[in-house]
Amino acid sequence: MTSLSQPAATPPGTPALPSPIGPEHDPGPSHAHGAHPDHTLTGFVIFLASESLIFLALFVGYAVFKSSAPLWLPAGVEGLEVREPLINTVVLVSSSLVIWLAERALHRQRLGEFRAWWLLTMAMGTYFVVGQAIEWQHLPFGLASGVFGASFYLLTGFHGLHVLTGLALMAFFLVRSLRPGLVLPEGKGVVAVSLFWHFVDVIWVVLFVLTYVWQRR
Amino acid sequence: MASSSTTSPSFDPRMLKEPPPLPGSPGSWRRYFSFNTDAKVIGIQYIAVALLFLLVGGLLAMIMRGELITPPADLVDPTVYNGLYTMHGTVMLFLFLFPVLNGFNNLLIPPMIGAPDMAFPRLNALAFWLFPVFGVILMASFLVPGGPSGSGWWAYPPLSTQNPLGHALNGQLLWILAVAVSGVSSIMGAVNFCTTIIRMRAPGMGWFKMPIFCWTALAAQLIQLMGLPVLTAGAVMLLFDLSFGTSFFKPEGGGDPMLYQHFFWFYSHPAVYVMALPIFGVFSELFPVYARKPLFGYKVVAIASFAITVLSLIVWVHHMFYSGTPQWMRNVFMVTTMLIAVPTGIKVFAWIATLWRGSIRLSTPMLFCLAGLFNFIFAGITGVMLATVPVDIHVGNTYFVVGHFHYVIFNMITFGVFAAIYHWFPKFTGRMYYEGLGKLHFILTFIGSTLNFLPMHWAGLMGMPRRVASYDPEFASANVLASLGAFLLGVATIPFLLNIVSSWVRGPKAPPNPWNAIGLEWLLPSPPPAENFEEDVPTVISGPYGYGLGRPLVEDQERFERRALQT
Ligand code: HEM
Ligand SMILES: [Cu+2]
Repeated sequence: MTSLSQPAATPPGTPALPSPIGPEHDPGPSHAHGAHPDHTLTGFVIFLASESLIFLALFVGYAVFKSSAPLWLPAGVEGLEVREPLINTVVLVSSSLVIWLAERALHRQRLGEFRAWWLLTMAMGTYFVVGQAIEWQHLPFGLASGVFGASFYLLTGFHGLHVLTGLALMAFFLVRSLRPGLVLPEGKGVVAVSLFWHFVDVIWVVLFVLTYVWQRR
Repeated sequence: MASSSTTSPSFDPRMLKEPPPLPGSPGSWRRYFSFNTDAKVIGIQYIAVALLFLLVGGLLAMIMRGELITPPADLVDPTVYNGLYTMHGTVMLFLFLFPVLNGFNNLLIPPMIGAPDMAFPRLNALAFWLFPVFGVILMASFLVPGGPSGSGWWAYPPLSTQNPLGHALNGQLLWILAVAVSGVSSIMGAVNFCTTIIRMRAPGMGWFKMPIFCWTALAAQLIQLMGLPVLTAGAVMLLFDLSFGTSFFKPEGGGDPMLYQHFFWFYSHPAVYVMALPIFGVFSELFPVYARKPLFGYKVVAIASFAITVLSLIVWVHHMFYSGTPQWMRNVFMVTTMLIAVPTGIKVFAWIATLWRGSIRLSTPMLFCLAGLFNFIFAGITGVMLATVPVDIHVGNTYFVVGHFHYVIFNMITFGVFAAIYHWFPKFTGRMYYEGLGKLHFILTFIGSTLNFLPMHWAGLMGMPRRVASYDPEFASANVLASLGAFLLGVATIPFLLNIVSSWVRGPKAPPNPWNAIGLEWLLPSPPPAENFEEDVPTVISGPYGYGLGRPLVEDQERFERRALQT
């Protein structure tokens, strides 16, 4: 993750005087590397591809359990309530569009507009996490209630951690954007976060289908 | 292109004067103990710490062999013995082989492709510093109540989900944590190595002008990227079962212990190729140098690496033939496992053809490579035997398997590690090693490892089960030989360490290209400067291994050779 803070972006034409707040300020042994071409996005895409396989493994595990476990739903549990999670899903998925708008605003150098869309994305993500936390509180089963409970909490919890990570990264870049010259003009970090956010959304859609839509055995 | 590259260097105030050497700066030995982002420093850090853990793992092995020299369990208690083999396997794989190979990747990849450093230097340093962290976590399990995990390096449930003493902090938990942190570090490394190889090659270095070591490193790191996440998923579930009362793998709670085996081997079979592939790379680099001939079938050898990557992902069930696997599944995986012998066999033939009628120079690295190849052929044969379901049902879980994989992991892979250390030692330390000590190391290692691991095969064929502290006296002779071999291997490390330390301190200075080898790294001074070629990267005009063909590797080759000599 440290690589995200790497883009030592300097507005074109400005000499690379060490900024008091930028990473260039630290005269550590790594300063000489500031001059190298930046491959953050390549690395990040490779990382995401690999990360998606953790989810794939968890999904496969879920499907295997669901189709073969002798006991599935704990006694007294009918299934999962779908209405609230569906609203949550719609909010999360549409936030993918909003973050795209934010990215576009940044590329057009409209910093104010970027911040607005970016904040809206964060708000939608927060809505999702809070909604999920409320759902968790009201579920009639726990982590130790059989394989179903365990897989459900593991899947949604692991995904939730990714949402939280995305929110933290967005907050980081929001703060950076308040200091001119750090996000603009390339905003590789912003592009990476937005990729991450799309990733989190796609994973959620699969997860939603697997756990909420596919309820009958 | 990054914005920073548009900056003219003349504005950079750092250019004005050389800063005094900081603790982390080149030239100070203290940089090896700091958060340094230079791939060459990190490479040496990896190798040094990994060799330290080789000694730890070796010590554990010698205690085990001490126990096994007599049939009854007399030296250590059987429970302690369980902890010993679990820790031995885990240390050797996660704390010796993976890290030492990451060390080679760090040292070799950037100079071989003409890059100044890795793509993400800070990520690289972070990945390295996680290594001592998970090393300490794993070692700490000797100190917790109940001692280290005793469930083997596979950590199969139900053994691994048991916590008999009821302590929240137990050996099995530490084992899972260590493996998880190691996984995070390996993923960071894999992202870095792949990005570096894909994006930072020298001008003119197309895919088919890239040294085989880089091909195999890329193929191996792809396996890490695809397999480790699956192991991580399994490990997280195991952790939950152990510590949070879930029952993913507990049949009594509706779980499925076989699912764990699938998760584990989906990664851990390919993992053996994460370790083997780079050594295939080392063989492909060294045989041409010491036989003075081009690598036979370069393109095929390169592509075979990727065939191995793909096939290695679809053979894992051969570790589960006797785990209650349905017959159709056994048949499928028997066929896929045998298929993987094809690309591997192609490589073996390519190496033999490279050696054929070469002018062979039997220096230490070459001796290790030749013996490693010989041992690997043997291990491949026992591998195909094990892939045959009826044979495996008979010898699975016996010493035959232990013999098979030690022939690969020690007698081939670790031999290759030694070969690589000797071969590139002058390049990265700037000193020559002592050939006599090297040969002594080789002879002791070869005799020791053969004595240690060959008799295991017949003990296994006779039916001696693995993972036991005591055994029937009819297996005694094989075990005495194996124990003697193990102690001899312990002795063999003395000339090795003596050689490394003394020649690094006061060995003769090394020229840029002592072996008359072809490759970008040999166009650099020994040791190479911090940023390798910096801005002045040579343009590659021909493929690697042009031995005896009399064609230059890069444009302006003489200029680079002269420059390397001047420094
Ligand atoms: C042609 C190549 C190979 C074939 C066909 C092959 C086949 C097999 C088979 C079928 C087994 C399972 C035996 C059993 O558990 O009963 C096995 C075990 C093993 N092999 Fe190989 N193998 C090959 C190469 C390798 C390589 C290159 C490595 C290491 C780099 C390796 C390392 C291992 C290990 C570690 C085990 C045992 C794992 C354990 O039970 O703890 N093998 N091999
Ligand atoms: Cu295998």
